[in-house]
Amino acid sequence: MDDEIAIKASNLIKSFKLPLEKTTSLKSAFVNFYKRDRSFEKQIALNDISFEIKKGEFFGIVGKNGSGKSTLLKLLAGIYSPDTGSVQVNGKLTPFIELGVGFSPELSGRENVFLNGALLGFNRKEMSDMYDDIVDFSELKRFMDQKLKNYSSGMQVRLAFSIAVRARSDILLVDEVLAVGDVNFQQKCYDYFYKLKREKHTIIFVSHDMESVQKFCDRALVLDSGEVKFIGRPTEAATLYKELNFPEDTDNTTRGKNDSEEKQLKIHLTDINNKPKKTFTYGDTMIVNLEWGVDPRAQFLGVAIHRDDGMYIFGPNNIGPKRAISENQHKAEYVVDLNLGNGKYYVEVAVFGRDEGDRVYYVASGPSFIMHNPNDWQGITELSHKWVIK
Amino acid sequence: MRRFFTKQNRALLSELVRTDFKLRYQGSVLGYAWSLLRPLLIFVILYVVFVKFLKVGTGIPHYPVYLLFGIVIWNFFVEMTMQSLGSIVGRGELIRKIRIPRWIIVLSSSFSALINLFLNLIIICVFMIVGHVGITGSIIFLPLFFVEVYILALGVSFFLAAAFVKYRDINYIWEVILQAGFYLTPILYPLSRITNLTFQKLILLNPMAQALQDARYVTVTKQTTIPSHVFNGGWYQFIPVILVFVMFIVGAAYFKKESKFFAENI
Repeated sequence: MDDEIAIKASNLIKSFKLPLEKTTSLKSAFVNFYKRDRSFEKQIALNDISFEIKKGEFFGIVGKNGSGKSTLLKLLAGIYSPDTGSVQVNGKLTPFIELGVGFSPELSGRENVFLNGALLGFNRKEMSDMYDDIVDFSELKRFMDQKLKNYSSGMQVRLAFSIAVRARSDILLVDEVLAVGDVNFQQKCYDYFYKLKREKHTIIFVSHDMESVQKFCDRALVLDSGEVKFIGRPTEAATLYKELNFPEDTDNTTRGKNDSEEKQLKIHLTDINNKPKKTFTYGDTMIVNLEWGVDPRAQFLGVAIHRDDGMYIFGPNNIGPKRAISENQHKAEYVVDLNLGNGKYYVEVAVFGRDEGDRVYYVASGPSFIMHNPNDWQGITELSHKWVIK
Repeated sequence: MRRFFTKQNRALLSELVRTDFKLRYQGSVLGYAWSLLRPLLIFVILYVVFVKFLKVGTGIPHYPVYLLFGIVIWNFFVEMTMQSLGSIVGRGELIRKIRIPRWIIVLSSSFSALINLFLNLIIICVFMIVGHVGITGSIIFLPLFFVEVYILALGVSFFLAAAFVKYRDINYIWEVILQAGFYLTPILYPLSRITNLTFQKLILLNPMAQALQDARYVTVTKQTTIPSHVFNGGWYQFIPVILVFVMFIVGAAYFKKESKFFAENI
C-alpha cells in the first residue's frame, strides 16, 4: 500500500441478518431449521464502500441515523468483519469507538483507570507512570478513590477522555465524543483535536454535528442508506447532508390561511427566470412570489429569511404612512440577492394591515432553500474586508 | 504462544482477572473468605451424609480426603465452565465497542476459577496433613491431571461461550448435563462400588472420571480404580485423553469461527 495512505477501504459490503422472529433459543433454531431462508431478513448496512484516507488527514463521516456510519466505523476498528471487501490499515489504530468502554461502576476511579488502560494495551507499570498525568488532566483528583457509580456522567467522560488521550495511536476513531461534557471540557477536547491535527495524526470523526465537521475536517464522506454519496470538502458535505436530512417538498409552495376566511397566501420560490428552484448558489437572485386572496385590509408586506436553526438573517417590510397594496391587488414579488453562505434557509412572510401587529396573512415557516457557496470563506455572509499586514 | 501472549494481551488478561475477583465478593461481609468457606461447607455436608450416615467409603483409606479431592476437582470444572459460558455475553458492552482478542475474556474467567482451585488445594493439603495421608513419589504426576482437566474445561468453555451468544438456553442445558455428570463421575462413591466391569469402563471413558481417579491414585491411595487397571493396559485407556484434545480443538475452532460475529450477535 502507498505510504501516504493511512486507511484504505475497498468494496466493503456488510449485511446483517435480521431474524423476523429472533432465534435465540434452541427450539426456534430447530423449528426454523427447515425454513431457514425465510426466518430472517437480510439487511444491507453498507453497500460497496471504497475510500482512502491519507496520513495526517482529519476525515469526517456524516450521515443521518441508520445510514451505516457506525457500522462503517466498527468495520474500520475491526469490531465487525465485512462480508466482502477489505480494510487495510497503515499504522496503529485506536481499538475503541467510544469513551469509557469497559468502565465498571462498582470499581473506584483509580481501579477503572488501570482497567481502561489495559484495554488500550498498557500494563500496570506503564499505567502507574502515567497515572498522575491522567488524574491532573481530568481534574478529578479528589474523587479517584470513590466508586465510579458515584461520578456524574460528565465526570466519567472526563476521566475516560483523559485516559484515551494517552493511547498514542497513529489513527484515532472518534464517534460523537463531544456530545457530552460541559463547555469547559468541550473546549479541552477541541484543543486536543487541534493539537492532534498539528501533530499530523490521522483522525476519523463520525458526527451529526455539521459545525464541528466543518470546523475540523479536511475532507468528509457523506453516507446515505449504506452508500457513499459524496467525498470531498466538508462544507459541501454539510450542505448535501442537510439536503438528505430534510427532504424537500416536491412543490416548494407553502399556503397560509387567512385566519377568518378560507382565503390563502401562496408562496413559491423561483429564480430570476421564474423557474421554480430550491438550490441557489452564492450571489444568485431569488424571487419570492406571493399571491393572496383579495382582502381590503391588506396594506403592507414583510418577508424575512431565516437559517434552518432559526437564526434571523434579514427581514424588511414596506410599512409606511401610505398603503403599499391597494384594495384589489393580490400578487407581489420579493426580489433578493442571496449573498449567503452554505446551509439551509427558509422564508417567513406576512401580509400586514395597519401595522406590524395586524397580520392579515402570516406564514411563520415558509418554503425553504439550500445555499451553495463555492467561495473559500465560511460563515453566513461575506463582509467587506481587507488584510493589513504590518 | 508468543503471538498470543503479547505484552498488551498479558496486561489485559491480568486486569480482567483482577476486576473479576474484585467484583465477585463486592458487598459481602466475609469477602474473599467465601472462596475458601464455600467448598469447605459443602464438603462438611457431604462428609456428614456420605461418610457418617451412609458409610459409603468404608474400605477406602483416607476416604474424607478422597471425597474432598473429588469435590474440589469437579467444582473447578463446574465453576470454570459456568463462568465462561456467560463471559462473552456478559462482556457484550466491551465486545461491541472495542477490538480486543475475544479469547482473552474466556481465558480470564478461567483464571478466576483457577485461583479458587489453588485456594481449595490449600484446604486439601491441610486435610492431608491432619489425616496423615502418606505421600509417595508418584505425586509428581498430579499436576498433569490438573492440566488435563483444565484443557478439557477450556475447550468446553470456548464452545459454550460462543454457543451462548446465539442460543440463550445453552446455560439451562449445560446445568442439566453437569448434574448428570456429577452422578456419572465417581465423586461421592468409590468406583469399586460399581461391580459391573462394562459400566466401570464406560464411566472411565469420561475424561473427568479418568483424571479424578488418576489424581486420587497418585495422591491419596493406591486403592483407587484407575483406567489402566480396568482397561487392562489396552490402547483404549487413552480414549479419555484423546477426547480432551478433541474437545479442546473443536471448542477453540468453533469459538474462532463464531468470534467474528460476536459483536453483531450479542
